[in-house]
Amino acid sequence: MTFPTHRHRRIAALTGAAIAVSGALAAPAAAQDRAIAFTGARILTMAGEAVENGTLVVKGGKIVAVGANVAIPADAERVAVDGRVIMPGIVDTHSHIGQVAGADGSGPIQPDVRALDSIDPLSPSIAKARAGGLTTVNIMPGSGHLVSGQTFYMKLRQGRTVSDLAYQMKDGAALGGIKMANGTNSMGDNGFPGTRSKSAALLRTALTEAKTYCAGDRKKRDLAKEALCEVLAGERLVHFHSHRADDIMTVLRLRQEFGFDVLIQHGTETYKVAQELARAGVPVSNITLDAPGGKLETMDLRMDNAGILERAGVLVSIHTDDPIVDSRMLFREAALAVRGGMTREGALKALTINGAKQMKLDARVGSLEPGKDADFLVLDGDPLSAYTHVLETWVEGAKLFDRSRPEDLLMATGGYGAGSPMEASHHHWEIAEGEGVH
Amino acid sequence: MRRAHVLAAAASLLAFAPAAFAQDIAIRGREVHTMAGPAITDGVVVIADGRIVAVGPADSTPIPEGVRVVEAAVVTPGLVDARSVVGLAGYLNQPHDQDQLDDSAPVQPQLRAIDAYNPNEALVAWLRGFGVTTIHTGHGPGALVSGQTMIAKTVGNTADEAVIVPAAMVAANLGPDALASGGKAPGTRAKQIAMLRQALLDAKAGDAAKPAKKGAKPAEETPPGLDVLTMRDVLARKLPLLVTANRAQDIMSALRLRQEFGIDLVLDGAAEAYLLTEQIKAAGVRVILHPPMMRQYGEYENASFTTGSVLKAAGIPFAYQSGYEGYVPKTRVVLFEAAVAAANGLSRDEALASITIDAARVIGVAGRVGSLEVGKDGDVALFDGDPFEFTSHAVGTVVNGALVSTAPQ
Repeated sequence: MTFPTHRHRRIAALTGAAIAVSGALAAPAAAQDRAIAFTGARILTMAGEAVENGTLVVKGGKIVAVGANVAIPADAERVAVDGRVIMPGIVDTHSHIGQVAGADGSGPIQPDVRALDSIDPLSPSIAKARAGGLTTVNIMPGSGHLVSGQTFYMKLRQGRTVSDLAYQMKDGAALGGIKMANGTNSMGDNGFPGTRSKSAALLRTALTEAKTYCAGDRKKRDLAKEALCEVLAGERLVHFHSHRADDIMTVLRLRQEFGFDVLIQHGTETYKVAQELARAGVPVSNITLDAPGGKLETMDLRMDNAGILERAGVLVSIHTDDPIVDSRMLFREAALAVRGGMTREGALKALTINGAKQMKLDARVGSLEPGKDADFLVLDGDPLSAYTHVLETWVEGAKLFDRSRPEDLLMATGGYGAGSPMEASHHHWEIAEGEGVH
Repeated sequence: MRRAHVLAAAASLLAFAPAAFAQDIAIRGREVHTMAGPAITDGVVVIADGRIVAVGPADSTPIPEGVRVVEAAVVTPGLVDARSVVGLAGYLNQPHDQDQLDDSAPVQPQLRAIDAYNPNEALVAWLRGFGVTTIHTGHGPGALVSGQTMIAKTVGNTADEAVIVPAAMVAANLGPDALASGGKAPGTRAKQIAMLRQALLDAKAGDAAKPAKKGAKPAEETPPGLDVLTMRDVLARKLPLLVTANRAQDIMSALRLRQEFGIDLVLDGAAEAYLLTEQIKAAGVRVILHPPMMRQYGEYENASFTTGSVLKAAGIPFAYQSGYEGYVPKTRVVLFEAAVAAANGLSRDEALASITIDAARVIGVAGRVGSLEVGKDGDVALFDGDPFEFTSHAVGTVVNGALVSTAPQ
């Protein structure tokens, strides 16, 4: 069966916009005019073989050179990091740090709501994410709605305002995708769908109505429909929360019908439809947990999921869903994926370049290559070892986490004053309570 | 035809119920961590009739003829999870499989764990696959006194086959997690302690009243309820009171209760214990510490990955636990939790002790499990590398001398 598709005219627009990001506001703290050269490290560039005893040169917030035999500018500050490992800052494709709260309980489809209008950029969860080596994070509203709002691609710079932390496009707009969900989380009463079929029908109706609006003169502005126009034009990536294999196939059907660009989020049962995903060229942002269950849709969770996707040729990233997995434990998740059969190389890519590709930020981040943002980590060992620590996290040429500073160490380990008295901002807690599991 | 079915069923039962069919087996490891002395390089553990009969270097420890030998890179005692709700809080997380909490009343010490424990729960097998052989499990958070706990092996078709201590402790919870809403008690921390003290005083009063009843009319006497009888066991130190307290002030409340009633207190959770090492040490109290990866929010906002190392340095006996999870993952795995501790101040040996011999001591079963020593239960965990590396695998679990898990986890 074939469905009408709009796929021809998508993607190009966003890719162009994303790459032409303005640098003006990008690095307020990093007026880094003098080059810094890091020497002696094992460098995992994620763009080719690991470089032993390599050198990384950064300047002006960008990578100038990386490799085994690179010229170090005469005026460069030299930092010897012999025996350390340097790798790109981690790209987390799914997180709820910053006390984010998107759509409210008034309806199941709220594309007008923006995550950025709710994020607290001073939340300790952001400093903890840096301590975990995260430098780019897709912060999303929850999964309690069919459409819960526009997501926010955060660069974990030093900053006091949310715009300090934005990936900004030429027109000043912040970059992000849109969050959608199917399965049980987005079902409910009071106008929310009661079944899976109804979920799909409500979403199809909204997208169909948006199509008419997008084709019109758009004189009367409709914020919700405007966001869906970007989705229909392939300019705004759909981050689609979906666990069960049948729900994932529903996402593929919707994608075929409306031609949007989609990333499967969580994808607990993607191992059951790995071939279908590979054929469709649809990537997966996966989570690995310590045990199955906790809700019906994760009863078949398996630790070998990411490895199965990798072997099937699916572009896979690994995410925290912080607070589900703490941002400081994302390396551990990648190690668990290796335990489940993923290659080490694949697992490290799943933390870096793959997520960058999925969010179309790979022209700027995800690997250590000249011209890219100087977002990198200094580790004291194998990134996949339980005993390894992030020693330093650099964002756009600025050292923003340093484990040797007591106040930074507190963020790395927790302890008195490190936390937030607030409960984790996450729809999941509310859902858990709603289900009466307490 | 029918008989064939029955036989097949019997065979599958055999496969499912290793506890009842203890075996002779020998385990040889390139590294054997006995937890009763230094690790043995190229060591052997010999198990006969479900118990350990020999442990030592391979070249001086003979393996009896015909005994099955299983080999692994690293061998440790079967892991001991010092506090779990597995078997009561099922993995589906639906009302029908959540038996760790009855919220009809705030104080219910009479609720027994053995009356709810499901030995065939998927998460019991999940933990077993990672080398966990003993769990201290039972009633969970959510009520001031939620009920009793038990200690079980992670095998057996029935609770009776699985259990090694049917009534282990009485679980109490302090702080917001055990507050009632809607004008019901307890609505504050102070009310929680008032209610706990009253429950203990009532049990004490009933106890004291008994011998004084010589000439009185016995017909008037109402026999004490199951709740009172259980609390008398707490007062008599037959059952420790396991008090979940994370904030420093809640930990101090628990210590005051111990002081007032002379109970055997075990601190659970204890997220801010690093602020009170002197007080905890002085009270001689043991701690079942929250999983290091417990989310650092709410009552755990000040939790740290390093608390285990602080307690270790202070000489406070402690163990790690999998604890309770209300959502995903539905259980934690102490192997992973101890690994995080090993990366945050504890030595590998100390971290391993916290989920083997120290855990067995804290819950009172060190005479049977927790180390590889002659006379102890034949409970062994096998790994293909450093157990704490997340990329290693658990490659075998032996309980009571039976190899109950071989699929690499």
